[in-house]
Amino acid sequence: MNRSVTRYLLLAPALVGSLSLLALRSETIVAADPDNAGLKLPAGFGALKVAETGGRARHLTVTPQGNIYVKLNRPNADGKGILMLRPSSGGKAEVAGSLGNYGGTGIYSTKDYLYASSDEAVFRYKLNAQGEVESPAQPEKIVTGLINRKQHESKSITLDREGNLYVNIGAYSNTCQEQDRQKGSKGKPHCPILDSAGGIWQFRTDKLNQSYGQGVRYATGLRNVVGLDWNTQANQLFVMQHGRDQLYDNFPALYNSKQSAELPAECLYALKKGDNAGWPYLYYDPQQKKKMLNPEYGGDGKKEATGNYIDPAAAYPAHTAPNALLFYTGTMFPEKYRNGAFIAFHGSWNRAPEPQKGYYVVFQPFKNGKPSGPWEVFADNFAGSAAAAAAGRPEHKPCGLAQGPDGSLYVSDDRKGTIYRIVYNKK
Amino acid sequence: MKQLFALLTVLALCSIPAAAQKKPVPKTKAKTSASGAVSGAVLAKGKAVYVQNCLTCHQADGLGVDEMNPPLSKTSYVLGDKARLVNIILNGMQGQDIDGEPYRNLMPSFSTLTDQQIADVLTYVRSSFGNKTSAVQAAEVKTIRAANKK
Ligand code: HEC
Repeated sequence: MNRSVTRYLLLAPALVGSLSLLALRSETIVAADPDNAGLKLPAGFGALKVAETGGRARHLTVTPQGNIYVKLNRPNADGKGILMLRPSSGGKAEVAGSLGNYGGTGIYSTKDYLYASSDEAVFRYKLNAQGEVESPAQPEKIVTGLINRKQHESKSITLDREGNLYVNIGAYSNTCQEQDRQKGSKGKPHCPILDSAGGIWQFRTDKLNQSYGQGVRYATGLRNVVGLDWNTQANQLFVMQHGRDQLYDNFPALYNSKQSAELPAECLYALKKGDNAGWPYLYYDPQQKKKMLNPEYGGDGKKEATGNYIDPAAAYPAHTAPNALLFYTGTMFPEKYRNGAFIAFHGSWNRAPEPQKGYYVVFQPFKNGKPSGPWEVFADNFAGSAAAAAAGRPEHKPCGLAQGPDGSLYVSDDRKGTIYRIVYNKK
Repeated sequence: MKQLFALLTVLALCSIPAAAQKKPVPKTKAKTSASGAVSGAVLAKGKAVYVQNCLTCHQADGLGVDEMNPPLSKTSYVLGDKARLVNIILNGMQGQDIDGEPYRNLMPSFSTLTDQQIADVLTYVRSSFGNKTSAVQAAEVKTIRAANKK
């Protein structure tokens, strides 16, 4: 990469006219949009809309050549569920092709392979020296037969550096009740869902047709994980769980609607093989900083959970739906961001009638592979306005995160299909 | 009523899914005031049931949540056959496309609500969120519940 040639221009609106010509001249110049694509960012950062895909853009990945692969939740009009975008001018990109006849969420790339998931399976495609898929119609099906019962269907994926693939298999339930989401319904003892879902499964990246029998239940007691990433400093898997819903709806005698909007926290977990995070038996109360017994299992908002369950590594506002986690290893952003975590919060619905929240990308500082210090909102206003966010009627919903070869941060939006690129104006 | 339902279904199927919820249903012979205007007291009671039981998923504006929970605004279910509508409340619903769109969450059964509460909440829904169609009576719910049990 011509890193030294690359320049990042953060254009003040008044300068747009004079500089946009310059921006067009070279492919390597990344020009932020005059309004930073509508986002609110820390000083020194800028953003541009890379492309409008018009699809429900879930996760995305960028190859070393700068090609962007976007996983669509549903196949587009051509029946394809993965878009390939090639860099065009000014840091933007254009859709150059599409592949894969399945919708889904997960997508990940190494220098040699593109991995993508449907809601039941994981495929991989060989990438050539230009970062292109040569045989789009002949993927290798590496994982098959994963459970999909609509609720918490996303099979998000990531890789470690030793040839292992990690797949989220979300629990098809809120809290493993006898009658899902029904008022007062009790939790099933020894929740049977955990045998085939509600955890992270580990598979090999290079074996065909693996399913439950060939994989390892790497960690359990995780309700639904949409954002996950491998931390190379800690050499460890980190995941963001979507916490349980509807404490007030289902247990109005124990919780009011305000408490229900703030409970439980959305949690970041650092996982080791064999860990159990405790779903469906417990939830994490961020005020008390305790693991509480779920009311479906006899909890009352005061009883703590007992058992061998791990604590979260960090906690975030309830119901804000963390859909992507990315450890930043680039050098474009200032030192403080290196090896820290970006988290895309898709935004809440379960806080109603309280104002909704989220629709932003958070930065969580890390030190030596552990969260260190308070998190901050890094990129805000995907919703378009504070009122739209509060009403739960956002314009865009951040869903996927990827790091470009130059250290740019890419964000996908699964509401309108906008692809954003956030850059830092280094001198 | 059957014809009206068929018409609405056709309309819903013809419109682009994403726009379906926003597209106003032409003011055909929707039985707007066949049973007279709905009283404010009934609407207030229905709203109370809605806030307590339905609002989290279908939201205060009745427009639902993308991909998760469907809108209650001008859907073929809300405006259509009353027996089908009441049965959704009694039995819950999962895995059905709503006017061509899939939703990933599920709707639990609300069979523990009384006939009156179900009538009130459905009357409220059918008169709110841009809907303007006839009220549901407790006696109708009672009959539908009895048939549903068989
Ligand atoms: C836990 C979330 C949840 C709650 C609470 C809930 N619903 Fe639903 N509702 C859904 C979902 C999800 C569907 C669609 C299910 C499907 O696609 O099969 C649905 C479908 C419906 C439908 C038919 C489809 C449509 O959009 O017209 C109606 C009518 C409805 N709900 C009304 C209600 C009413 C009235 C209440 C309160 C008594 C209620 N719901 C409570 C989630 C919920």
